[in-house]
Amino acid sequence: MNKAQRIAEYKEYSPRDSRFTEERYLLFLEDITAVFDGFKALDIEALGIEYNELRVIIGPNGAGKTTLCDVVSGKTRPTTGSVFFDGGDITQQTEAEIALRGIGRKFQTPTVFDSLTTYENMELALPGHYRLWSNLFGSTTKAQREQIMHILERVGLTDALHREAKYLSHGQRQWLAISTLILSDPKLLLVDEPAAGLTDAETALTAELLLELKDDHTLIVIEHDMDFVRQLDSFVTVLNEGVIMAEGMMHEVQKNEEVIEAYLGR
Amino acid sequence: MFRKAAITHANSQPVETDEENLWQDKKIEAERGLVNGELSIFFRRYVPWALLFVGLVVIPSFYYLGLITIGTVNMLGRYMAFAIVAVGLDLIWGYTGILSLCQAFFFALGGYAMGMYLAHHGGPEGIIDANNWKIPACLYVVYPYKVGEIPGDALVPWFWKPFYTLPITLVLGLLIPGIAALAIGYFGFKSRVRGVYFAILTQAITVAGWLVFCMNNMKLCGTNGLTRFDRIAGFKLTTPHVKVSLYVITLLALVGVYALCKQVVKSRLGRILIAIRDDETTLRFSGYKPYIYKLFAFGLAGMIAGLGGMLYAPQMGIFTPTNMEAGASILVVIWVAVGGRGALSGAILGTLGVNLLYNFFTSEKNLLLFTWRAEYWQFILGGLFIGVVLLFPGGLIDLWHRLVGKAK
Repeated sequence: MNKAQRIAEYKEYSPRDSRFTEERYLLFLEDITAVFDGFKALDIEALGIEYNELRVIIGPNGAGKTTLCDVVSGKTRPTTGSVFFDGGDITQQTEAEIALRGIGRKFQTPTVFDSLTTYENMELALPGHYRLWSNLFGSTTKAQREQIMHILERVGLTDALHREAKYLSHGQRQWLAISTLILSDPKLLLVDEPAAGLTDAETALTAELLLELKDDHTLIVIEHDMDFVRQLDSFVTVLNEGVIMAEGMMHEVQKNEEVIEAYLGR
Repeated sequence: MFRKAAITHANSQPVETDEENLWQDKKIEAERGLVNGELSIFFRRYVPWALLFVGLVVIPSFYYLGLITIGTVNMLGRYMAFAIVAVGLDLIWGYTGILSLCQAFFFALGGYAMGMYLAHHGGPEGIIDANNWKIPACLYVVYPYKVGEIPGDALVPWFWKPFYTLPITLVLGLLIPGIAALAIGYFGFKSRVRGVYFAILTQAITVAGWLVFCMNNMKLCGTNGLTRFDRIAGFKLTTPHVKVSLYVITLLALVGVYALCKQVVKSRLGRILIAIRDDETTLRFSGYKPYIYKLFAFGLAGMIAGLGGMLYAPQMGIFTPTNMEAGASILVVIWVAVGGRGALSGAILGTLGVNLLYNFFTSEKNLLLFTWRAEYWQFILGGLFIGVVLLFPGGLIDLWHRLVGKAK
């Protein structure tokens, strides 16, 4: 699908038409620009993520990948344009409101709470405990505990269950961050560089995990590591200087002259 | 009927799953991982009870046996009132990571509430005003009249009147600092004022509050403060039994505050507070609203500080704006830092330790070569603070934990 076709197809539906967002796309960005000090970090005419899709976003440094995540998760307000998620406009909502609507995010550097143990980190990610009183008096149920243990077993973190997160290795922290994200069970997962700093074996397991999640979640994965992207074998959006340069399967994108010149360089 | 009973029975049996077993195993493993496991558990179980026994039984009986003076009991009672404030600060600073420099302000709000009650029932020198209210002696001095004159417009101000009865005073002494803390916190946290900026903001508020309380025309007794206390709930403050009772009440309040805060930090909410200290931004992306939890901790710490002030005033016998100077708030920070922040028992240990040192070093001593003067204490205090920050960032309680092991 080339650019003209894609925009034509996007424009065929209007995002304000409920049929569009509810039936086809979980997330839709319309005319998004983000300008910092006169520098246009992001300029996206239209970008839609379908339900149960695993979308990989690649691009060279400074292409606006993380800014895109910031805009979706509410960390940055776009200068113009709107973000539609799950049938509603979330452009003006705060981070916590967006998180409650069902967008979970893993940051580029694995953000876990250093002074809390692996288990306590997981406990905080349990959904539905955002009220003060339920946190003061509530306790984790057995079913929730089993769910936590199940996920941790999958990523091999049970041995570090009662270890404070600051003593975990980089790979373990990455997985803990991903595990908390899985546990919070969002509708859309924004995963920023999950394979950064991981060994090949760890990268393979991460890819496996993400592909498993695809069955009942929608994911946006931002990645640098081309081998990792090949393992995911999904639909790819290439960003360059804030603009969508190409979209398609990895093997198609790799053949695109523009992309090769801007990014792949081979 | 039978079948139903059978099903209920089957459901009540705990289902053993792999995950549950694994969780139990890891829990036992973590407990075994303590340094000096057995010894540590023994210490952790019995040392707090032993200390409580010393405070509650040994010290009063020492007094009645004539081993220590009533002044010492009274002094310990005052230091425990300080320890209450320190526990509150530890909750907001040690756990939530917000450095508040207005704990002394909240302390003074509680202290002034109790002080006004005590002044109402104070010494005999009061003057009856036109509305038949007795103007306390310490309040009368701020009116520009000579003693003995009874002009018609020297009245007890409206805000003095609620503090005439003890129950209302106790409620207001908790509510006023609590509401003040919520108000400061709401504007600070909602607009995401953090770190050193919040510390500066709170210090500015403390200084502003101090200036207001020093003004004579605020009718808060100016720089003289609240004086001429006489009776609390009908009992004379100067009698030793009343002093011992106040000491015991303060100790019990300290235990209560400690238990309450312990419960808070052990709950999931406590983990959220630690998460705010570690990385507030991430927490926001997990769907939590950090400012609500910060408000809770700050409001609670404010009320606790107010309680400390209310217990301090009757034991000190005077309450002046000196108690809310900027330096007083910083002292609370030093107590917590020396004791070890992020551990509630550390806050108590630090407060009692530093204050006992203060008590020891601020008396003049004739040493062989020179005379030790009270002013030299400042050097010890400063040295202590720098030493703790550089050498023992975990404070005294960390040394203790290294000795006997720390439970997770």
